[in-house]
Amino acid sequence: MAGAKAAVKKQHYSKRDYKGLLYLLPWLVGFAVLQLYPFITSFIYSFNDYTVGGTLNFVGLANYKELFTHDREFWNSLKVTILFALYTVPGKVILALLVAIFLNRNIRGINLIRTLYYIPSLFGGSVAIALLWRLMFMDNGVFNTMMTKLGLPNVSFLGDTKLALPTICMLEIWQFGSSMVMLLAALKNVPKELYEAADIDGGGKFAKFWHITIPQISPILFFTLLNQTIQEIQNFTSPYTITGGGPLKATNVLGIMLYKQGFSYFKMGYASAISWIEFVIILVFTLVLFGSSKFWVHYADE
Amino acid sequence: MRKIEKKKQISDEDLKQKASVLDYIIIVVIGVILLYPLVWMFFATFKDNSEIFGSVSLWPKVWHPENYIDGWKGSAGFTYTKFFLNTFILVIPTTLLTLVSSTLVAYGFARFNLPHKKLLFTLLLAMMMLPNTVVIIPRYLLYNKFQWVDSYMPFYAPAILCCNSFFPYMIIQFLRGIPRDLDESAYIDGCSSWTTLWKIILPLMKPALFSAGLFQFLWTYNDYFNSLIFINSVKKYPISLAVRLSLDSESVVQWGKVMAMSFVAVVPLMILFFAAQKYFVEGIATSGMKN
Repeated sequence: MAGAKAAVKKQHYSKRDYKGLLYLLPWLVGFAVLQLYPFITSFIYSFNDYTVGGTLNFVGLANYKELFTHDREFWNSLKVTILFALYTVPGKVILALLVAIFLNRNIRGINLIRTLYYIPSLFGGSVAIALLWRLMFMDNGVFNTMMTKLGLPNVSFLGDTKLALPTICMLEIWQFGSSMVMLLAALKNVPKELYEAADIDGGGKFAKFWHITIPQISPILFFTLLNQTIQEIQNFTSPYTITGGGPLKATNVLGIMLYKQGFSYFKMGYASAISWIEFVIILVFTLVLFGSSKFWVHYADE
Repeated sequence: MRKIEKKKQISDEDLKQKASVLDYIIIVVIGVILLYPLVWMFFATFKDNSEIFGSVSLWPKVWHPENYIDGWKGSAGFTYTKFFLNTFILVIPTTLLTLVSSTLVAYGFARFNLPHKKLLFTLLLAMMMLPNTVVIIPRYLLYNKFQWVDSYMPFYAPAILCCNSFFPYMIIQFLRGIPRDLDESAYIDGCSSWTTLWKIILPLMKPALFSAGLFQFLWTYNDYFNSLIFINSVKKYPISLAVRLSLDSESVVQWGKVMAMSFVAVVPLMILFFAAQKYFVEGIATSGMKN
C-alpha cells in the first residue's frame, strides 16, 4: 500500500507525519549505532588483524584462509554447529507439534497441563539448568546410577564424542513448551467450518490433517522454525556450561570458538571472521526456509 | 453441573475428540518426564555428594539444609544477597527501558503515515534476524571506548535504543487490534499525538506491555553470554555468573551447594511464571499470530 502510494509520484507528508518520526528516534539511533555500524565494522574487522587497543592491520582474506585451511578446530566447529541446529530445531518443533495436536482435544484441566509443560521453557539459556543437566548426565550421575540399578551398562553421556552433542541437544528439546503453546493457539484458531466441509466431502483423518490443519497453521510453524533456527545456530551457554566444548571438541560450536578467540585471546579480527561465517550459515538456513515457504506456507490474505 | 459442562462442550468443542483414559496416562507420562529433572534438582539441594552420586531415590536420607546457608555465603567475599541485588539492578531497568522504547517505536509505526515507512518497517523486521554474534565484537569495542565494560550500560543502552525488534513488533501487532477511530477522534478533539498515546492508547496496551515485560525480564535474567563478556568484576556479577563461579571456585565441588544456589537462581522465574502465567501464555500465543 505504502509502496503503491509512493509510486504515484511524490506524496506530500503533513507536519504530523514527520512528527511521527520522532517516536521512532530511539530505534533510529539504535539501528545506526548498535546494529548497522557494528554489522559493517565486524565485516571490515574480519579482513584485519586487530586486537583491543591496537591498530587495524589489513590482511585481506588471511583470516578466512587461516580458518578454512589451517585452523584444525574450524571445520569441526562448523559441522558441530550445523548438527546442533539440525538436531534441536526439528526435534523441538516436531515434538511441539505432536504434543500440541495431542492436546488439542477435549481435555479437562488443559490449562494446568499447558502451564506445567511450559515450565522447562522458562529456563532457556539458564546456566543453573545447564549445570543441572551436566550433573545428571555425568558418568556417575543419577541416570547412570539408575542404569546400574536396572542392570544396564553405564553410558558416558558427556564423555563420549558421539553422545555428548545429542545429550546437550536434549536439553534444548526438553524446552519445547513455548513452541507448543504457540502451535496450540494456532490449532485452536483453525476455522471449524473447514473440518465440517471436509466431513461432508468425506475426507479422512489424515487428509484433514494434511490438507487443512498443516496449511492453516503453516504461518506459525514457519515463524517457529525461523526463530528456533536463528537461536540454535548461535547457542553458546548450553555447550559451554555442560561440556565446555569437549570431549575432544565434539561439542565445540562456533559460538565457543568465537568467544575464545575474541574474548580470551582478544583476536578481534579473527573472531569477526568467525562471526561472519556464523552469520552466513544463518543466512543460508533462513533463505532456504523462505524459499521453501512458497510451497507450504499459506497466508490467509492471499 | 454435568449438564452445564456438556452443553459447553457441545457449543465449544463439538468437533474435538474427547480424551480417553489412555490419553490422560500419556499426558501424565509426558509431564513426569518434563518435570522430573526439576523435582530431582529440588531434592538434590538437600543432599551431599555421596547421595547425589550414589543413590537413585529422590528423597534425601540425610537432609543438609546447610547447603543453602553455605551456598548463600557465595564466593570471593560476596554473598548471594549482593548477586541478587546486582541481578535486579541489571534486569529491572533493562526491562523498563525496553518497554518505554518499544512503546514509542510501535506507536510511531502503527499510527503515523511515516515517510519511507515501508523501508523502515522492513529494516525493523530484518533486525530480528541479525544475530547477536555478528555485532558483539564491534559493540564490545564501542562500549570499551565509552568505558562501559564492567558496568550495566551494555544492557541498558540497547534497551533504551530499542535494539530487540521482537518487542516493537509484538506491540505493533497489538496496536493494530485497537480501533484507530479511538485515537483519530482524540486527535480531532485537539489532543496532541503524545496526549493520545499517554491518555488513550497506553491504558489499552497494558496486557501487551505486561507480556513484553515478562519476556524481556526472563531473557535478560537468563542471559549468560552478554554477562560473561561485559561484566568482569565479581562485585558486579549477576546471578548467572555467580552460579557458574560457585562451581569454578572450588577444588572439590560440593554439588549439593551448587544445586542449592542454582535452585535459588531459578525460583524467582517460577514465582513470576505462576503469578503471571496468563500473560506468558497469551503473550506467546499472540506474538506469532497473524502476519
